[in-house]
Amino acid sequence: MAVEILQKPGGFCHIYERKPGLDKVSTHYCLGCGHGNLHKLIAEALDDMKLADRTILVSPVGCSVFAYYYFDVGNIQAPHGRAPAVATGIKRSRPGSIVMTYQGDGDLAAIGWNNVFQAANRGEHITVFFVNNVIYGMTGSQMAPTTLIGQKTMTTPRGRDPKNEGFPIKVCEVLSVLDAPAYIERVSLADTKSINQTRRAVRKAIKCQADGKGFSMVEVLSPCPTGWRQEPIQAKRWVGEVMTKHFPLGVFKDVISEREPYFFPDTGQGPSLDEVKRVLGWEDDADEAALPEVKPSKENQNPHVKIAGFGGQGILVMGLVLAEAGMRQGYHVSWLPSYGPEMRGGTAHCHVILSDVKVGSPLVSKPTVLIAQNRPSLERFEANVAPGGLILYDSSLIDVAPRRKDVRVLPVPAAKLADELGDTKVSNMVTLGALVEHTGAVSREAVLQALPVALPRKEFVELNNKAVEAGVNYALSHPQNGGRDEPL
Amino acid sequence: MAQETAGKTEALEAPYVEFCPSECKGCELCADACPKKCIVMSESLNERSYHPAMYTGEGCTGCGICFYACPEPGAIRVYKKKKAAKQETTDEA
Repeated sequence: MAVEILQKPGGFCHIYERKPGLDKVSTHYCLGCGHGNLHKLIAEALDDMKLADRTILVSPVGCSVFAYYYFDVGNIQAPHGRAPAVATGIKRSRPGSIVMTYQGDGDLAAIGWNNVFQAANRGEHITVFFVNNVIYGMTGSQMAPTTLIGQKTMTTPRGRDPKNEGFPIKVCEVLSVLDAPAYIERVSLADTKSINQTRRAVRKAIKCQADGKGFSMVEVLSPCPTGWRQEPIQAKRWVGEVMTKHFPLGVFKDVISEREPYFFPDTGQGPSLDEVKRVLGWEDDADEAALPEVKPSKENQNPHVKIAGFGGQGILVMGLVLAEAGMRQGYHVSWLPSYGPEMRGGTAHCHVILSDVKVGSPLVSKPTVLIAQNRPSLERFEANVAPGGLILYDSSLIDVAPRRKDVRVLPVPAAKLADELGDTKVSNMVTLGALVEHTGAVSREAVLQALPVALPRKEFVELNNKAVEAGVNYALSHPQNGGRDEPL
Repeated sequence: MAQETAGKTEALEAPYVEFCPSECKGCELCADACPKKCIVMSESLNERSYHPAMYTGEGCTGCGICFYACPEPGAIRVYKKKKAAKQETTDEA
């Protein structure tokens, strides 16, 4: 008679190579911990369903942070509570994958509550395994959002009192009232029957995702003998006898059979340029005059720009127009704003990159161009400018000159010139005009095309055009190294 | 499913359960769950100072309950007779 062997499922790594230390065959979990049971059920399901090769597991912060030691699947470890957000990104960019999060109650129901709530509400096509052991296990059994009324923990030594600590969050109950989730069930690891039910629920939740039916979650009531100061058998009984009284088992939502399957399209390399243009309504731009080619000198190529000043000086808009112009000129561009809560009066700065190659990070920490529209900005960022870079500052507002000798300097009295045009607020475009004329990184025509797109108020386009021209003319009449006598 | 079938694939006289003593943490959940009470804890210690579980040698029906009760992925191996038409313990209920 043939033999069937129940053994470590194929969804696990045979040897836990990623686990440090000499012991590569057993888990790091305490004796009697429920994580191992659930790991086993998930690994077995993935193996039986032949899904392990396209599964990506997002592990949390907590004891199961090391799930990636064990599962022979793609693994990502998320910041505390953020597993559903990370999983969302993975699933959207790799829609053919099976994306699961594995989270404890501290991770999911406390710091990460909004993440799972929003992911469930969006109906993300992910599967959440929520291990509820009613405490923070890893950190030494502090009270968790799920801690039972009256339960003694390290931080509720007299027992959880709802008057002081509120009531336990019933995650399944809350999420099941949302419209989007397809399947939500609470199961336990209390006994053989419950473990069998958990096994079924795990498979159903994974299948729900594989079939394109949407968000699925299984909450697993799980023993933590160490955290509860109980023996493993006692802890397991406690799950069945106490926990399930507060957290009733059962299916809270199951609309899998009513759902039409849906699969996100594979974005592959992302949309084509033509598609981007169509979405942005740029198809008509073919009518616009073709832009002259630009041939900036070597030190002005691929500028990494930091623009800084007071809020209200149009710092962010200047960056936006520059990026928009750069895009029209054929660069890869990025624009990253950074500002305080004030609309005016605070400080603001933004990072703009124009690049012949794809932009890796939009952060500009070593600018090749610094535009300083007030003195604090100049003083703060001057030291960061790359050697050979350019500092362009508003000389009508800043009464000191940059001290660096290894950079180029272009003072532009932008506020004064703007004032002469009738509105100080367009000083940003004066500066921009001077920048493009001085560096040649984008054409003046590109800026003029970009202005009406980037400006929120169209009635100011003409004035801004004039300001750009004023800046261009200023730069034309002050071409050499910003009027400094000594060459760089 | 089979990672390592360790010989013994033919001619099974009776179902039995095999333990990997070095992976066992001595939590006793398998012994507690076994309906036939044919799992006991060893008198001896393993290298991590746990008393590992062991099979008494008779009574195993190959039900697999201990396998699922055990939190450790590879500590238990259950050898049972293959049913003619393989029946999953689960379904799409």
